[in-house]
Order: sequence, then C-alpha cells, then structure tokens
Amino acid sequence: MPVAKSLKVIGRRSINAVWRIGYASRFFVMTLFYSGTSFRRFRLTVKEMFSSGVMSLIIILVSGMFVGMVLGLQGYETLKRYGSESALGSLVALSLVRELGPVLAALLFASRAGSAMTAEIGLMKATEQIAAMEMMAVNPIARVVAPRFWAGVISMPLLAALFSAMGVFGGYVVGVVIIGVDEGSFWSQMQASVDFQHDVLNGVIKSFVFGLAVTAIALFEGYDAPPTAEGVSGATTRTVVQSSLAILMLDFILTAFMFQGA
Amino acid sequence: MERTTLDLWVGAFVVAGLGALVVLALKVGNLSTYNVSESYVLQAHFTNVGGLKPTASVRSSGVLVGRVTGIVLDTERYEARVTMSIDKRYQFPKDTFANILTSGLLGEQYIGLMPGGDDVMLKSGDEFKKTQSAVVLEDLIGKFFTSSVDAK
Amino acid sequence: MSAPLVEVRDVNFAYDSRPILKGINMSFPKGKLIAIMGGSGCGKTTLFRLIGGAIKPTRGEIRIDGQDMHELDQQGLYDMRRKMGVLFQFGALFTDMSVFDNVAFQMREHTDLPEEVIRDLVMMKLHAVGLRGTHDLMPAELSGGMARRVALARTVALDPMLILYDEPFAGLDPISLTVVGQLIRKLNDALGATSVIVTHDVQESLKIVDYIYFIADGVIVAEGTPDEISASDKPFVHQFVHGEMDGPVPFHYPGGDYRKDLGVPA
Repeated sequence: MPVAKSLKVIGRRSINAVWRIGYASRFFVMTLFYSGTSFRRFRLTVKEMFSSGVMSLIIILVSGMFVGMVLGLQGYETLKRYGSESALGSLVALSLVRELGPVLAALLFASRAGSAMTAEIGLMKATEQIAAMEMMAVNPIARVVAPRFWAGVISMPLLAALFSAMGVFGGYVVGVVIIGVDEGSFWSQMQASVDFQHDVLNGVIKSFVFGLAVTAIALFEGYDAPPTAEGVSGATTRTVVQSSLAILMLDFILTAFMFQGA
Repeated sequence: MERTTLDLWVGAFVVAGLGALVVLALKVGNLSTYNVSESYVLQAHFTNVGGLKPTASVRSSGVLVGRVTGIVLDTERYEARVTMSIDKRYQFPKDTFANILTSGLLGEQYIGLMPGGDDVMLKSGDEFKKTQSAVVLEDLIGKFFTSSVDAK
Repeated sequence: MSAPLVEVRDVNFAYDSRPILKGINMSFPKGKLIAIMGGSGCGKTTLFRLIGGAIKPTRGEIRIDGQDMHELDQQGLYDMRRKMGVLFQFGALFTDMSVFDNVAFQMREHTDLPEEVIRDLVMMKLHAVGLRGTHDLMPAELSGGMARRVALARTVALDPMLILYDEPFAGLDPISLTVVGQLIRKLNDALGATSVIVTHDVQESLKIVDYIYFIADGVIVAEGTPDEISASDKPFVHQFVHGEMDGPVPFHYPGGDYRKDLGVPA
C-alpha cells in the first residue's frame, strides 16, 4: 500500500517539524533566560561582536558601495525618461534606507556570520566541547549561545546602517561625480523625501528584527546539529536557507505594517 | 594582552555603525531641520491643499526654510489650515505669499514663500494672509476647456 | 576503611527499549584508580555519562559522596560537578581559547580569584603536566598527546575529588601514552582524588590502576586487581588481555549464510 506508506511518511515528517519548532522555541526562551551573563560579563559579547560584526564589515561595506552605485546608474537611466534626474538622491536613499539596506545586509550577515556561528557551535558539540563545559558546571547556553545571540542582535542594525550609508555614498559617486547630476538637488531631494522616523528608524527596527531571526536560527541549527561532519555541514546550509527565507518573509510583514497608507 | 586590540576593533565598529546612523539621520534624512535649529510656527489657510503632506518642505527662493507640521480642516471656514515650523534664522514680511507648488510635473508638493515688501515681520503663531492653493490637474483641464469654449 | 566515594547499585539503562546496562554494581573507594574496560559498544561510555549525571538510569541508583546523583536538581548537580573533573575523549579543549585560557576557564567561571592568582595556579597546573611553555599557544597548534595533557591540566584545575577519564589513551603514540598514563596515576595520588578510567587499552591500564571491572553485553563479567586479571583464565578476560582475534567475542558479526550472500548454490 504505497498510499498508506506515504501518508505515514508525511505524518511523521509533520510531527517532527512541530517537535522541532517546539524545541527551537524552548531553546530561544532559554537563551533569553540565561542572557544575564552576556551583559554582566560584557567582554564575552564584545568578543563575539568581533567575530560576527567586525569580520562582516568588509563584505558589508563593499556590497553597500556597489549596490548604491548600481542604484545610481539604473535610477538615473529610468528617471531621465521623465526628466526628473534631480530625484535621483531620494530614489537611492529611500530604497536603501527602507529596504535594501536592512534586507541585503541581513542576507549577507546570514551567509557570512550566521553560517560561521552554526559551524562553530556544531563543531563545539561534535568535539564534546559543549558536553565538557556542562560537566564543568558551566551552562553552555549562558556561556556560549547567549553572548553570540546578543552580539548578532547588536551588530545587525549597525551593519545595516553602514550598508545604507555606504550605498548612499556609492549613489552619490555614480550620480553626482560620474554622471553629473546637480549635487545640491541630489542632497536636498534626498533630505526632502527621507523622513527620520518614518524611514530611517523603521529601517533600524527592521534590521534589528532580522538580526534576531538570523542569530536565533543560526545558533539553534548549530546546537541541534548531529555531531558529525555531514550533520554540521547540513546545519550550515539550513541556516543560510532558513535565515534568507525568514528575512524576506519578515520584510514583507514588517513593510506591510510600517508603510501602509503612506 | 591581545584582548585590547580586539576591544579597539569592536569599539571602532560600534562608532562607525552609530556614525552611519547619524549620517543617515542628518545628511540623508530630515532630522537636521526638525530639532537642530530652533523654529517658530506660522499658519496659512488654503482652499485646497492637493497632495500636500505633513513633513513636506517649505521653501523660499528654493531654499529649505521649514517643514509642514500639520494639516487640518478648519470647520469655521471650511478651508484647510496648514501649520508649519520655520527656521528661526528666517523672518518673513507680513504680506508674504504662501503658494502650494509642485517640484517637477509629478514631484512632491511643497509650500513656496514669496516675500512681499512690508516692514512688519510675521511672529510665531501668525498667519499668511495671501495664499494660493494647489494646482489640481483636473481643475486646470476644466479651465482650459471652458476658456477655449468661451473664446469661440 | 571509609565509605566508598562512588557507589553504583543495580543500575539498568536502556535506549528506547534496547537494554545497554543490566544490573551493574560497583564501588570505588576513595583514593583509588579504577578502570572500566570492555570492547567497543559494551556500554562503557553510557556508564560514564550516568556517573557524570548527564543521563538518568532506568532503574537503580548512583551515589557520589553519599548523594544520589539523580535526586539532585540542576543547581545541586552543578554543585556536584564542581567537585568532579572529566577528561573527554580527545580532550575537548575549547578551540577558540588559548591553552592558558582553557586551563583558567573553570577558575574564572567559578571563583572570584584575582587574575594574578589564576595565572600562578594555571602555571602550576601546566607545569605539573610538563607544558608550561605552551601557555599562549592555541589548541590547534598542539600535538594529540600535548592536547591530552593540557586537557588533563584543565580537568584537575579545581582539584576535584573525583576524576573521570573517557578513553584517555585513544589515538596516542606509545610515548605519549605512557606519559598520560603516569600523569593520571601521579595526579590522582597527589590530589588524593578518586579516578575512574573508561578504556579498552589493557596493557597501559594494567600498569597503573588499582582495580578493574570488565563489562561485556551490559553486565560485569569479571573484576579484580591487575594481578588477578592478568592471571585470570576466564575465556573473555583471556581473549581481551591477550588481544586474541576470536573467542567469546566473535570475529564475525552475526549474518546469514555466507554462501548465499555470495550467490554460490548451497
């Protein structure tokens, strides 16, 4: 009976999925619960901010620059048709601050820092470092997981802001310096259309939520990874795939809330 | 030990990130005109504000001098009352014209101020007496039609 | 003689419904070095995790210093573990910390000692295993034997009363093997601790331990002092001690008819 068999498989998979969601939620709550150490001994968090935040700087800055340059070039070509090249500044800034900055920075962060977190924790588990810590009466969630979590959550908005700022600069270089759009109108149009609360602050909130999602997924996948080479590599892949999906879905939901009727 | 260089890097990262946020707020966004300079409030009544929105800019000779802070319907006159905050550095004569203008054909709407010649300056809470409403495209087309019919 | 430090009473353990341990009884007197031996997959590591309180037995109890490990709550278990040292297979050094920080780890986590005192203590521990000179290396820069000795120094960092060793000899060259074996003995005597070694390395263990338990198929098949074990004529012990290929532990995993698997007509 192949039908009964495949039903059985689907049933088992669904139960497993629900199980995992429950386990992941418990893991997330435990991480928040044992977060005291991350702030009492802030140096632990600072150390992780180095490996997730500072180490992601180069890719974030370079990508931001190029995305801004492409926006400048494409935006100019499109706006020229309507004779409103002067709106280039507001086009570049709005798309970066509202969408591209938080989203692209988070996607890059997921593949640069998120996957590294998963692999690191997965390997710590595979080489019994997590078990050793537990046998030394040190809670690995408080000592290993939570500092990485907060480091990611703090770094993400900063990285997104750097990405956007770099992008605006890239747009400026292409639009004003290379193509020759009027510098005054570039900046004034930008300032006239970008609202601090509505655009900049909402962008920061977005990147904060993305940081939360990416690090939570990365840490859980690492902690839950089977302690083998395939287990860790599979978990790393899952981190990148799941974080990217989560970022895009959350972006839609947040955008729908923030910019409705605006 | 080695830790101090690490702290330095993380510190530089945080400063750069916060700096980027400040740049976004001041250079890219409009925070600079909100809080940084002191401002005073002026009002104007318009029969039609068109697509004017709060936070729209107020300009004189093309220079940004303030922002629209509120648009409400004044039920005594059934006209839109627009409040705007103007940079303290700029003073305008009592007979200044306030017009709702559009930047480009399809661009954002803003308020343009055309100063008159009066010696008395507007104070906080005062109102522009002379205003011109937004140009609504439908009205414009309508006028064009009637005038061309009249001409025949 | 005082009460034993560790008592294992009638412990049973099963994964799902597959029994791993069946009615194990052991007692580890204070100050002794005990080996638990058996072939791969005989339940040694399970027993090890039971003693560490990482898993609960299906039946029976494990008492350490008079305390039932499985009646303790999280805090009680953590308090008990502070008095225990565990050396994991392959050392399990924290790869993101230097040798110094690895040894200092527990001192920094559990005590408020000033950094100068920690430094002195770490140097003493590293000196005891002969690796004071490696303190600012990373674990990846150490050889297998050196890493094991650093892990040993880390294990005894807080002077534990009970030290558990999981396969301390696995994957070591003969020189490192002797060094680690002698260190285990010396550290145990110097600290007045009780040590339990889970291993399948017979020759090295016979040289250093006080008492040996043999486990096969989840039960204790033999026990005694090294001399008794060497002289034992029980078939299993004989096979194990002398490393014979076939005996009570068969060479062939049970399979169907060989000729049938090869497609040869019977």
